[in-house]
Amino acid sequence: MPTYVRTDKCDGCKGQDKTACMYICPHDLMLLDKDGSMTGHPMKAFNQEPEQCWECYSCVKICPQNAIEVRHYADVVPLGASVQPLRGTDSIMWTIKFRNGTVKRFKFPIRTTPEGSAQPYANKPKANLAEIDDPSKLFTHSTHKCDMSQFIKQA
Amino acid sequence: MAEQFVFGNPEVIQEEVDILIIGGGMAACGAGFEIMRWAEGTGLKIKLVDKAAMDRSGAVAQGLSAINTYMGENDPADYVRYARNDLMGITREDLIYDVGRHVDDSVHQFEEWGLPIWKQPGDEDKKLAEGGKPVRSGRWQIMINGESYKWIVAEGAKKSLGMENIQERVFIVRLVTDKNDPGRVAGAAGFSVRDHKLYIYKFKCCLLAAGGAVNVFRPRSVGEGTGRAWYPVWNAGSTYAMAAECGAVMTMMENRFVPARFKDGYGPVGAWFLLFKAQVMNGRGEDFGKLHGDEIKDAKRFGKYGQGVPGTCLRNHLMIQEMKEGRGPILMDTPGAMAKLAEKMTPKEVKHLEAEAWEDFLDMTISQCGVWAGENIEPDKEPSEVIPSEPYLLGSHAGCAGIWVSGPTDIPGTPKEWSWGYNRMTTVKGLFTAGDGVGASGHKFSSGSFTEGRIAAKGLVKFALDNKNWKPELARSAEDLVEEIYRPVKTFLQHKDYTTAIDINPHYISPKMLQFRLQKIMDEYCAGLATWYQTNAKMLEICERKLEMIKEDSLKMRAKDLHELLRAWENYHRIIAAECHMKHIQFREETRYPGYYYRTDFNYIDDEKWKCFTNSLYDRETRKWKLYKEPYVQLIKD
Ligand SMILES: Cc1cc2nc3c(=O)[nH]c(=O)nc-3n(C[C@H](O)[C@H](O)[C@H](O)COP(=O)(O)OP(=O)(O)OC[C@H]3O[C@@H](n4cnc5c(N)ncnc54)[C@H](O)[C@@H]3O)c2cc1C
Ligand code: SF4
Ligand code: SF4
Repeated sequence: MPTYVRTDKCDGCKGQDKTACMYICPHDLMLLDKDGSMTGHPMKAFNQEPEQCWECYSCVKICPQNAIEVRHYADVVPLGASVQPLRGTDSIMWTIKFRNGTVKRFKFPIRTTPEGSAQPYANKPKANLAEIDDPSKLFTHSTHKCDMSQFIKQA
Repeated sequence: MAEQFVFGNPEVIQEEVDILIIGGGMAACGAGFEIMRWAEGTGLKIKLVDKAAMDRSGAVAQGLSAINTYMGENDPADYVRYARNDLMGITREDLIYDVGRHVDDSVHQFEEWGLPIWKQPGDEDKKLAEGGKPVRSGRWQIMINGESYKWIVAEGAKKSLGMENIQERVFIVRLVTDKNDPGRVAGAAGFSVRDHKLYIYKFKCCLLAAGGAVNVFRPRSVGEGTGRAWYPVWNAGSTYAMAAECGAVMTMMENRFVPARFKDGYGPVGAWFLLFKAQVMNGRGEDFGKLHGDEIKDAKRFGKYGQGVPGTCLRNHLMIQEMKEGRGPILMDTPGAMAKLAEKMTPKEVKHLEAEAWEDFLDMTISQCGVWAGENIEPDKEPSEVIPSEPYLLGSHAGCAGIWVSGPTDIPGTPKEWSWGYNRMTTVKGLFTAGDGVGASGHKFSSGSFTEGRIAAKGLVKFALDNKNWKPELARSAEDLVEEIYRPVKTFLQHKDYTTAIDINPHYISPKMLQFRLQKIMDEYCAGLATWYQTNAKMLEICERKLEMIKEDSLKMRAKDLHELLRAWENYHRIIAAECHMKHIQFREETRYPGYYYRTDFNYIDDEKWKCFTNSLYDRETRKWKLYKEPYVQLIKD
């Protein structure tokens, strides 16, 4: 189910150096056609290798113009359906349209904290270099309780 | 960018750091989080390179709906027992235990950074770390709202590392040994897929955590759906190929994972089995598990492994038998499961249950919803086909292919041969790995891979500090590396005008065709779909010969742009990983994993001769593999 870009919506991320879809695609598939020589549509993006698409929707979710959609892989799936998300800061909305017209909508939370607020080391102990040889400890010091009687050889 | 650097003539950037992290997935993120704390005040310079953008790179790119490894009320020893049983008895129990005792703390970090974790009624506002009880879909699995799982974990890792120490869109092609010590790694070389730059890093030590291997075998869909594999199509076996070529001992590379998933979309079945208690049946509507399940109790063929809870491969075996004998398709009774659950529910609760079922897919295999919507299948109204997929090589999910590493020193009963150095260091001095890279220790999953990255991070810091005054010197010159890495580009530029059609040229092969050839070879000779996962010595002999030639032809790969250069080297890595897999299957003269693959000439489990690790060593000069047995030792009681 490769992605496709709608000509009426994509604005080429306003000519920025790096488009959102190119930035995010884990498989280097999205490409901005600057002069239109590849697609006939200057300053719009396209999927340069559709049969390599994992359909991970990373580009779909990040596109600021909602210009990217997905057409299910034609060698397998009948035409007419769509699965489209709208990702906000704390939740995601999905609209699933079936070939026969049935529509389902779902909304799920995606995170409990504001984006960018993670503070990995706040209120955490510092590492104690004296413990670097002790494999039973990571710097956070919260190793799981271990029932050592489960070992065949006793320490 | 300076104008003189154009396609075919890259700018060469050489950089020296103390520690390089290759990859930006779960394991690499874990390493990033742990390492900076230990490195504080030491002056160590650390850098992470990822071929993609960390926010959505690796296997967790689209999210997950469950964290599959969380101890909670369980003891880590039971986790070892579960992994050992599922992997047919042969696992490095020291490594698995090590992950088990540390994994919960990692999950607690994720929750703190913002990952929503489902809680049992009454505990909704209580964090796991405060004793909140998770919703379990199995003994080890907990449910999450995981659409942004990777995004959140990457945020934590990026903040720990600092953006100035991260470089995205650099694909590492190979590791380089030290000039004075061929058993030691001293550098890595790769290229940017965004601009004409080739990077050569020198370091004291590095973490190689570039995931497993996908699209080594011909997948079930061969057209537009080729990329819709189950595991992430962009993990191309880089971890295995680069480690093997650098001289690291590999282990259990015969192992593979053949996930049984919803057909054509690869949607997960775990929650349907475990959470919703759905049944599978054959095409006649029979419960084939009940009818034929006793077959795996045949001790001559399956040893003791079919007596208790059958491992995942044995469950596959029963399914494959059904299909081979013409009693397919295998159908999961999703409406039956829903109806049964709904019996005790209000309409509102039923609606909620339906949403939960859909979320399971929307969080991690969105295209399954696309397949269903396209085929007008509503799982609560109609059953769906389940089918075993093409094989994948991985070490963190329900498989254990990977690299042989040094383990922790404090696990009782561990043979001294299992910890010769720093925790998670391979047999190559200074080369560490984690996640899909570590062999003989599957069932780590996302949380365990992150945790293993943390464990390795401590080893890396210790190694770098112990070698503070050591200066890396590369065994290969920069010119030599540029020459090799850019060879596909040179080949293209040199020959492109020989023919009128860019893709058909006797002087080169496109990476895409190379991949098709590899997949055909592996599929037909190395126990792929075409032969119902069966192979034998003769077929492997042919496979070997064909792989030899594809390796030769890989020198003639072409790259018409940077994107294709990426594909060229990905497929080169796939070839080496595939060859390693084949050699291991050839060496192990038994069928250890029925349901994943069959050696029809040794179609039984042979504990007497083969209850051992199979390890291999590749010689890059002679291009030959050496295989040998390594004794298995049980550490945890039965
Ligand atoms: C469909 C699916 C479902 C899963 N379900 C679950 C689940 O429900 N629960 C659970 O806990 N786990 C689940 N997992 C497993 C989990 O995702 C993996 O165990 C985990 O991501 C492995 O971590 P890793 O760091 O080894 O690899 P990855 O996370 O895959 O990271 C690999 C990294 O290496 C980079 N890379 C690759 N090659 C190169 C190179 N040559 N140079 C530079 N960088 C490179 C990639 O860009 C990526 O950043 C699932 C996985 C999949 C695919
Ligand atoms: S498709 Fe969206 S993200 Fe990509 S260039 Fe166009 S507007 Fe930007
Ligand atoms: S869906 Fe994923 S793999 Fe496909 S183009 Fe978008 S980001 Fe890339």
